Formats: sequence, structure tokens, C-alpha cells
Amino acid sequence: MEKFVLLNGIVAPLDRANVDTDAIIPKQFLKSIKRSGFGPNLFDAWRYTDVGEPGMDNAKRPLNPDFVLNQARYKGASILLARKNFGCGSSREHAPWALGDYGFRALIAPSFADIFYNNCFKNGLLPIVLNEMRIDHLFNEVNAFPGYKLTIDLPRQLVLSSDGATQIAFEVDAHRKHCLLNGLDDIGLSLVHAEKIRAFEARRRAEQPWLFG
Amino acid sequence: MPQTLYDKLWDSHVVYVEDDGTALLYIDRHLVHEVTSPQAYEGLRLAGRKPWRVDSIVATADHNTPTTDWNEGIKDPISRLQVETLDANMREYGAKAYFPFLDKRQGIVHVIGPEQGATLPGMTVVCGDSHTSTHGAFACLAHGIGTSEVEHVMATQCLVQQKMQNMLVAVDGPLARGVTAKDVALAVIGKIGTAGGTRAAVEFAGSSIRALSMEGRMTLCNMAIEAGARAGMVAVDDTTIAYLKGRPFAPTGEHWNRAVAYWRTLVSDPGAKFDRVVKLDAREIRPQVTWGTSPEMVVAVDARVPDPDKEKDPTRREGMERALIYMGLQPNTRIEDIRLDKVFIGSCTNSRIEDLRAAAAMVRGKRVAASIRLAMVVPGSGLVKAQAEREGLDRVFRESGFQWREPGCSMCLAMNADRLEPGERCASTSNRNFEGRQGAGGRTHLVSPEMAAAAAIAGHFVDVRNWK
Ligand code: SF4
Repeated sequence: MEKFVLLNGIVAPLDRANVDTDAIIPKQFLKSIKRSGFGPNLFDAWRYTDVGEPGMDNAKRPLNPDFVLNQARYKGASILLARKNFGCGSSREHAPWALGDYGFRALIAPSFADIFYNNCFKNGLLPIVLNEMRIDHLFNEVNAFPGYKLTIDLPRQLVLSSDGATQIAFEVDAHRKHCLLNGLDDIGLSLVHAEKIRAFEARRRAEQPWLFG
Repeated sequence: MPQTLYDKLWDSHVVYVEDDGTALLYIDRHLVHEVTSPQAYEGLRLAGRKPWRVDSIVATADHNTPTTDWNEGIKDPISRLQVETLDANMREYGAKAYFPFLDKRQGIVHVIGPEQGATLPGMTVVCGDSHTSTHGAFACLAHGIGTSEVEHVMATQCLVQQKMQNMLVAVDGPLARGVTAKDVALAVIGKIGTAGGTRAAVEFAGSSIRALSMEGRMTLCNMAIEAGARAGMVAVDDTTIAYLKGRPFAPTGEHWNRAVAYWRTLVSDPGAKFDRVVKLDAREIRPQVTWGTSPEMVVAVDARVPDPDKEKDPTRREGMERALIYMGLQPNTRIEDIRLDKVFIGSCTNSRIEDLRAAAAMVRGKRVAASIRLAMVVPGSGLVKAQAEREGLDRVFRESGFQWREPGCSMCLAMNADRLEPGERCASTSNRNFEGRQGAGGRTHLVSPEMAAAAAIAGHFVDVRNWK
């Protein structure tokens, strides 16, 4: 997994609440057996005016000029500003894969759906929860200033504007922060406890043998 | 200290806890399907790891499989590759049980787990699918996980978790005729919203829940995820135990007696503390119909489509306006005046035998309205299908003008050929009415099987409390 320490990037605003993972990556793209290549189909139904299918040449498809990611000022954005309950619905990890493949490294919203939130960390994507007032303020800033950038400082847990006027602290639990900062794979960390898992399992097998075999 | 059911399930699975509360939680049952597993097996292979405990895995192919012409195989080459990839992974790594495409016992993963007795009280159950919450009906701690977590469970038999909050949804009183577990689920979501259960494990309790069959409890727990909760659950009682007795993977003999004695303890202790409590009076619940593009956009069948002009919150108002445009609906339209193009009875929410019996009872001797382009019934599993056929339900449906299909996820998410065309309006017994969920541009109204069946006959929504 790629490490996440400091990020300075363009912010793209997606001004809708309850954006679900079907919208982030529609189901027809879930047929892939790979983990990569989902970026061109991120928000497919909103981004293009035709109906997307796997195997199409996305470069030739008609773009929806009104969709935020198609606007020149948000080109190269790596931070997505969103509204409440972002990532609700299906547990598909293809959603963070698509966001990451597109180039996003951080998401900022008033709340995230639970499974999606979890899935982000497993893919080097940092979801940041800020209160509604802060989010409204950031939406105003982004709309007012083309090329608006933010810096995300994970070690200090701060979101900073380029002029230093905005400095917002955010929460992230210690375990997840540690994994992001060091690009650590959870499996390796868990297997450190392999002996404990085996002991637990042996006890369980004795107490509830019907769960085994 | 008195414990909740969730506290008990949590405590009995913690292998190790870090100082910040991050725990390694042991997983008893891992359900696997073709869409979220290929990348996980690939990950194992690349890292040179093996599944920790193969006998915890029960697998099937359901999301991509066709519901017609099984003799012709899977025509879509990309879908076929995904299903064949699961076949290959099963051959290489093995499982306690695998029900591949064409097997008599194949079906939707959340239907076959309980049906086989592969879901047992006191288990932790995970699957790379959000509706894993279904299995909580058996007093399991059951929830959906992402593909990285699927790989993590395969490699370590554990999941890295933080404990959630305890939330109680208490529903008391008798349900009116025509009001089902699906209506309770939608009414709960309408009340608390799609984020109402975020970071919580929800226990459904109260006299209305006790009175539900296991099928009804599964419907309810299935929809817990749509209320934002990761897990939903119901305590063990006689109904739970009676359902499990004699299932293929349920314990037998001396193990059965020991298991039952333990299962009886899987209830919240009197006086156990919940962080959040929501109460509903079952007598007030009417048959529900969603009108928008989120399950929380729901009203009773005798109500009208809401008017965004009356909504004060600007974000909500915009969401409502957007939903009405997508759904092609005018504010203040009577729900019973909404005309439909298609009807879908199926999905892990409502495709069990009891659902099919209830739907068949509505349509027996009646004809699907001429204006309905397609009305289909997709049983949740091969065994549900066989049971329904033994009872003659397939004939009832066919004679009414319904198509009787092979089992699978089908038009719940339209990954196979079953889908809505742009602009088509569907009464659906599934769980999500998101934009494009049942096909690009398709318009979904979530309802119970009874409501869907009656709507197929009438051509528009009708209040099933008055159905004759
Ligand atoms: S029936 Fe629908 S919700 Fe259930 S597992 Fe299949 S796709 Fe998911």
C-alpha cells in the first residue's frame, strides 16, 4: 500500500448528500477480476451522457459538461469534498479503488458510510470527517477560488489552506493512522498474533465443536 | 454487569485488543461469492498465503448468474469469466461447501447460508456483501466487508474491528393484515434515516419481532444496512431453534443439545444498556412504498409523494427535487396513482418460500394488468424454487402472467441480463432504490412481496390491507 503522509492537492466539490457506491462505480464494472483500471468509470452515470459498459473506449465517450469532475478547474484534483453519508450502500471495495485510480487520495465530508470508510483506509485513501459548518465553509472557498488547494498533514492531523487562514484539526484512530503513515498491510500486522489466534481457535473448538469441520 | 446480545457476541470473539480499542475478532463463517472474491484470492496468491481455515468458507455464484436458459450457460463473457474464476479458486483452495452455477442448492448467498444451517447462533458471519446483516436474524454478529477484508479473513481467520455502539429498535404490538417485516424495515428507515444506524449494531426486539418468522426476521436484518447500521440482530427464541433443527449443517445428537443450551443464552440481559433506543408502535405501520432514490424516501401507500417546497433543510430539499426528477414524479401525487411497467419479486430481502407464498396468495386466479411489460418471480435459491414448485406456486404465478425464473440476484442489481430500461418504473421487493441500481435510468419503488404482487395485478400501487 502507498504511504500517506502529506498531501497538497486541488479540491473538487461534489455537492450532494448520500452519494452511494452504485453511483461511485456502477455495477457493470464490478465484473472485472482485477483491482485496477476503475478510474475512467468513476461516477460513470454522472460523468458521461451515454450508458457505460465494460470494454468501451472511455476517451471517445460523450462527457457531461455539467458534472464537476469534467470542469477544467478541477483537473488533477486529489481531494474530494463531499456531503453527508458519502459512500453509503453496497460494500464494494471497487468504490475506493475507483476513487484512488482516478487520483483521489483524500475525501472530506461530514460523515461517511461505515463499510466504505473502512475500505478507504485499506487502500491508502484518507477519509476525513469535519462538522457541517466547516464543510459549508470549504464548499464556499472552493467555489470562490479556482485552483483552490488544501494541504493534509496526517502526522499532525490538520487540514490547512495555502494561505494559512484555515487550519482544521481532524480525528483518525491511532491504528489506522499508523498503517497509512507506514503503508502497512493489515494482514501482516494481524499475523504477528498468529499464536493467539491459534490458541483462541483451539479453545473455541473444544467449547463449540459444531462450528468446525 | 448486564450485557446486550451484541456485547456477548463481541466478547466471545475477541482474540486480542490493542490499547486504542482496535480488536482482532475471530470469524466463524465466511461466505464467498464471485464478485468480491477474485481480487482477494489473487492477493493471497501474490503473497504466497493460504486460507487459514477452509472449513469456515461456504461459497456460491449468485450475482452474475442468468435466470433463464441455464442450459445455454452464461452468455456474457465477462460475467462468465468471473464465475469461472470462482470455480478455479474453489478447486485450488477448497471450502466447506461450494454451490456452483447449475447446482440444485445454488442461490443468493444470504438465502442459502441459513437454508443450509451454515449460519448458526453465536457465530460471527462475514461476506464481501453489505447484506450479510441478514444472518443477524439468528443472533449472529454478521456484517458485510470489503475485498481487502475478505482477503484478511482468508489469511488470518480474523477481522480488525472497533466495537460499535449498541442500538435497540423496539417494535411492539400486532402488525395489521398486509403489513410485513419489509414494511417494518422501511418504516424504521423512514424514521431514523439511511444514516440513523451509523456505527451501531442494531438489535431488533419487542413483541412484533418475536411474532415474526425467521424469514421475516431475515428481511428485517437484511435492511439494517440500509439504515446505515453494519449489523442487525434478533435474539434467540423457540422460533430460531425450530428453524435450525434438521438443517444440513446444523449440529445433531449430543452437539445439538449442547448447542441449544448455549444458544438460549444469546439474548440481551434484563437491564442491559443501549447507547440509542428507537421505539415504534406496530399498529401505526402501514404498507410502505419508496418514492425516491434512497430507502429513507418512503411513505405509506395511502399517502402522497412529498412536496420539496415544504422541506426547510436546503440539502434535503435539493435531494428531494433531484430524486423526483429522476423518478419522473410530481409532488403530491397519490401513491396509489403511480403506474408501473415492471414488477420484480426476488432478492435476498424477499425471495424465501414464505415471501413467495404470500405473493402467490395475492395473485391466485387473477391476471397481471395488460399495461405491465414484465412481472417476474426469482426464487432465492434452487431449494426455495423446488419447494415452491412442490406447492404449485410456480403454476399460480405462471397462470397469472408472471415469469418464473431460475434463482440468483437477478434484477436486484442488474449485473446479469435482467434489468430496467431507462425510464421504466418497477415495483421491487429488493432493498435499494438508488439511481441506476436496477438498470441505467430505471426507477425503483421498494415494497413488500404482497404489495408488489398486488401492484402487478392492478397495474398501479394498491393498499393490500383492502385486497380481496
Ligand atoms: S440479492 Fe441483491 S442485495 Fe442481495 S446479495 Fe444479491 S445483489 Fe446483493
